[in-house]
Amino acid sequence: MQHSVAYTIAFASLTCLICAILVSTSAVSLRDIQQMNADLDKRRNVLLAAGLAKSSEKLNAVEITKRFQRIKTTVIDITSGQPAQGIDFKNYDSKKISNDPLTSRTAPVNAARVSRIPRYIIVYQVFNAAQQLEMIVLPIEGYGLWSTLYGFIALDADGKTVHGLTYYKHGETPGLGGEVDNPSWKARWTDRIIVDDTGDIVIEVIKGTAGSPKESPHFVDGLSGATITSRGVTNMLHFWLGENGFEPYLKILRATHETSKK
Amino acid sequence: MKNSARKTLLDPLLENNPIALQVLGICSALAVTTKMETSVVMCGAVIFVLTFSNLFVSLLRNNIPNSIRIIVQLTIIASLVIIADQFLKAYFFDISKQLSVFVGLIITNCIIMGRAEAFAMQNGPAPSLLDGLGNGFGYSFILIITGFLRELLGSGKLFGHTILPLVTEGGWYTPNGLMVTSAGAFFIIGFFIWVLRTFKKEQIEEEG
Repeated sequence: MQHSVAYTIAFASLTCLICAILVSTSAVSLRDIQQMNADLDKRRNVLLAAGLAKSSEKLNAVEITKRFQRIKTTVIDITSGQPAQGIDFKNYDSKKISNDPLTSRTAPVNAARVSRIPRYIIVYQVFNAAQQLEMIVLPIEGYGLWSTLYGFIALDADGKTVHGLTYYKHGETPGLGGEVDNPSWKARWTDRIIVDDTGDIVIEVIKGTAGSPKESPHFVDGLSGATITSRGVTNMLHFWLGENGFEPYLKILRATHETSKK
Repeated sequence: MKNSARKTLLDPLLENNPIALQVLGICSALAVTTKMETSVVMCGAVIFVLTFSNLFVSLLRNNIPNSIRIIVQLTIIASLVIIADQFLKAYFFDISKQLSVFVGLIITNCIIMGRAEAFAMQNGPAPSLLDGLGNGFGYSFILIITGFLRELLGSGKLFGHTILPLVTEGGWYTPNGLMVTSAGAFFIIGFFIWVLRTFKKEQIEEEG
């Protein structure tokens, strides 16, 4: 059947309108519950990075909240490394902070392709039963091959030794770069040292196998078939653990750790 | 009439299976079948999209201008896929994370476009709905068999519960690494087609 041009255009517009209404209704009505899932998933990943949960475990909201009791959430001023005044993590909105020129700045050109550095950022401190600081969990993000990867790195209280690493959001190729999710790869990060004796960041994902943390404390096995994602992981660690990232905070942490040892 | 309705619904299971005979939708069949859980949820999403896209395309079939019919079909399919994806993100968050892009890629699954264009454009709403369901089940049938074998042989589990205790966890079963990779699915689907065509000789293609 031959239709007039006007009919065709009207039909196309009407189809688009109805589909748009359906799609946006479903997106808006489900947004709250999706947001809740995303928040829980983020907290679960903090637990994973800190080794307080296993990736094979299924945790419900109650269990996650219970395990989170050992963790103190703090907002710090990234430039000084000190706790931020007047900002509570409960009303911390990372998007708003990163978009506002008063609370963030443009990042210098960097390999991790981070565009803006927030002035205030959330860190998670994990305390043991004796109320001593056991480790810290820091958020990291950076570009891989297709997408920005978002994750956490957990460092021991010395501010140098990796406790765990995990990614909670990325769009890398499943099976290749997507293997950053692989539990056995993530397990290889434990006990690697991020800095050398002079304090330079030397942790690196290399091509091939790196061996045990004792043999090569600064290197981690590369993901096969995912050279660029592996490089992205290295880049984002160098950025976020370096001078534009958490270095001021880590320096304070290391100094405190040294004095407490003496 | 009754007979033809049953034929429409059941034929795609063995007689005219979208994966085994038409060899469509292989991409997702390889990607999501490492576990039963992801296979089943993927099947649910595909059945939903396929059934309703067939239904809506069929309802509109006499009004869709011929010059834009493919893009109209795609708009309907894409909308349904987004709704399915949003629903999974809200209620099956973990699984939707594992399925990642493959839910979105249902849009490009040839089975769905194929059925809309080949069946729903020529038939009424009721048979189209049945055809969508039938093809959805035909697709699911293969996915679930593949998922079952891959999870059982590849990681000794079913739905995440240990069936064959692994050597690495103190059991006796050495997992077959091939099953975890996509190549494993090729073998399973290949074997399935072979068995099917041994019993149903009419499915064998003529050599040209």
